[in-house]
Amino acid sequence: MMKMLSDAGLEAVIGLEIHAQMLTETKIFCGCSTAFGAEPNTQTCPVCIGMPGVLPVLNRRVVEFAVKTGLAMNCRITPYSRFARKNYFYPDLPKGYQISQYELPICEKGHLDIHINGESRRIGITRIHMEEDAGKNIHQKDGSYVDLNRTGVPLLEIVTEPDIRTPQEAALFMKKLRAILRYLGVCDGNMEQGSLRCDANVSLRPAGSTGLGTKTEIKNINSFRFVEKALEYEIKRQVKVLRDGGDIIQETRLWDSETGTTNSMRSKEEAHDYRYFPEPDLVPLQIEEDWIKQIRETLPELPDQKMKRYQEEFGLPEYDCEILTEERPVAEWFERAVKAGGSPKAVSNWMMTDILRLMNETGTEITELRITPEMLASLIGLIEKGTISGKIAKMVFNDMYTTGKDPETIVQEKGLVQISDAGELEGTIQEILDAHPDEVGRLKAGDKKLIGFFVGQVMKATKGKANPKMVNEIIRKKIS
Amino acid sequence: MPGGSSGGSAAAVASDQCLGAIGSDTGGSIRQPAAFCGVVGLKPTYGRVSRYGLVAFASSLDQIGPITKTVEDAALLLNIIGGHDPLDSTSADIDLPDFTASLSEGIGEIRIGVPDEYFIEGLDPEVESAVRTAIKLLEKEGASVKPISLPHTGYAVSTYYILATSEASSNLARYDGVKYGFRAEAGDLMEMYLRTRAQGFGPEVKRRIMLGTYALSAGYYDAYYKKAQQVRTLIKQDFEDAFSEVDVIVTPTTPTPAFRVGEKISDPLQMYLNDIFTISANLAGTCAISIPCGFSSSGLPIGFQIIGRPFDEETVLRLAGTYERETDWHMRRPEL
Repeated sequence: MMKMLSDAGLEAVIGLEIHAQMLTETKIFCGCSTAFGAEPNTQTCPVCIGMPGVLPVLNRRVVEFAVKTGLAMNCRITPYSRFARKNYFYPDLPKGYQISQYELPICEKGHLDIHINGESRRIGITRIHMEEDAGKNIHQKDGSYVDLNRTGVPLLEIVTEPDIRTPQEAALFMKKLRAILRYLGVCDGNMEQGSLRCDANVSLRPAGSTGLGTKTEIKNINSFRFVEKALEYEIKRQVKVLRDGGDIIQETRLWDSETGTTNSMRSKEEAHDYRYFPEPDLVPLQIEEDWIKQIRETLPELPDQKMKRYQEEFGLPEYDCEILTEERPVAEWFERAVKAGGSPKAVSNWMMTDILRLMNETGTEITELRITPEMLASLIGLIEKGTISGKIAKMVFNDMYTTGKDPETIVQEKGLVQISDAGELEGTIQEILDAHPDEVGRLKAGDKKLIGFFVGQVMKATKGKANPKMVNEIIRKKIS
Repeated sequence: MPGGSSGGSAAAVASDQCLGAIGSDTGGSIRQPAAFCGVVGLKPTYGRVSRYGLVAFASSLDQIGPITKTVEDAALLLNIIGGHDPLDSTSADIDLPDFTASLSEGIGEIRIGVPDEYFIEGLDPEVESAVRTAIKLLEKEGASVKPISLPHTGYAVSTYYILATSEASSNLARYDGVKYGFRAEAGDLMEMYLRTRAQGFGPEVKRRIMLGTYALSAGYYDAYYKKAQQVRTLIKQDFEDAFSEVDVIVTPTTPTPAFRVGEKISDPLQMYLNDIFTISANLAGTCAISIPCGFSSSGLPIGFQIIGRPFDEETVLRLAGTYERETDWHMRRPEL
């Protein structure tokens, strides 16, 4: 696709518009629960179903979450912002308007950095605003129904500058955004369930130029893998249109994951006139500098900061740091293991291989594993002290996973303590040397590979408990 | 006719069917019927009384208030309905005094402003004479009276009809046949919307929805809605300026006494002009009361209006109470 673009002398210009459902307990303008999956229309009240005479009251936690997100994305928090009504008719919108923000959003002018091919790319955030979600239309054989449970669930709308140039960058941005939202506890980031949604504006222009071509808006990108796929398809489609001498039509297109295509939904002429105006039922929102300061103090260390610190403090490779910091619970697990005395590189190695493998294989969260970070740290300690060998450690690790017992107990119960007693080892080694006179001869003649053979034999005889380093040394001494 | 839109409440009070009532006032709907029916009507300051439960017409202008036989009753009712409501973000979180406490304190050295812009061509001479007589009485009671100017008064009606209809067009969108209320039978969604709204709304409501929708539309927003908001700020400023010189402003409540049922319905502009003296208090968000001050030669009640500073209902009520004690208009009932 990129080749197709560069052959045509074009580059893509992509901007994203993301909707994130906030993890508040109650809705944005009433006290109804936001829990997912309840019976239709059981989490509603006169306010969220828009009965005559009701009024909205802003949920303070929603504002806190918006400020938090804005700060984490390097935005300016506007001291004075306002809600606005977005007017349109749709059955899932009981008031006939959505309370959103328009002219004066709560956050603006931020940025996120993404890392691509060893380079850092800065993607501007135009604005972040708060709004209420709509309900859901349910179409069945016997008719259409509306479920208003989701009506009034708080959303953050995050709009980027058209700074993104490739589908890969868009996917990386979404990944980064998701990580931050999850770190903050603002959104669970589940695209398949719709708690994180992404629309993309795409246009093409001559490579290196600064103007903007006619854009299309892609909606319904309902999975992380489709961010890249949908954009790739749309860019290819636009290149073909231009190559065939056609014009791009400004329109909204729906991504269809079944066919892997985007299809026209409505043209610019059919676009709604939302008749935005300031919401008279809510007073303008004034946010005190003190409160912003307080919220800033509650911000957790974010993935980028953690990555940098892991590289500097622990000397871990960038790749490891990226994986360890992608999810906050994983990063916190790592830090707990290090704090419990595990050496960072060893902890990282165990996590990057065995822990993440187990999580993937069994579909469990790191916090649900029966192995605690403290247990991993003491396992590493046992290896470093020479109490058990690395090979035995793998066995102990698997036992820890299934039984939840700490490594010391397992080692003791199963008698896995490494034999590091020179006297005891020497006896066993001598027996083995005596039993293999030919090999001893060849080794003496200079065939060094046979060291491995003898170490293997000793390990076998001791059921893996011999200290391999010591065995190695004793054999060398005896041969020379 | 008793005036509107809270004409039912005013008529019920005037005909002794109840001790008092409440009404809602967006552009004069408490004060105008109170004047027409010869009773007391108080529009409190915007934010003084919760709007929770009020079916919204124009949210930034709507305010609930009492319609009563006496000023004291109005004060008693405001004591009950006033105050902060956590369910209405626009209700003010400020102290609610006992409005009856200072009613009998007299008016002291109160300064009354009389705006030139309210004594204009088209003002019924009998109404003007009744209001001027009332002002003289208040002067006699110790008030100082001075002419003032509210220079943007002439824009109030058009400003009001753009803002009120804009908000109404949005507030009435929920009557779409899906969740609440009447639904017309239809084959598909669009047809259901169209029929429900065509059958459910009357002609005046439809006219206002169309006006408001137009004023908010892309390409017209700046020329209408935004401009009207700017003029609203100027009108508010007029009052702030005036209240730096005077404590209250006294005007007629309506340009004429009551008219006949159906007389003006065919000419909406003429009908809208009936609100010319009451609308500004809503646009400025301040408080105003209408109290009886006479009868026309044909026996119809006449009222005058006292406009006060925001959240200074106390002064307005005290002045109205003083006038009421010195006159007996509120005791008289028109012949039916």
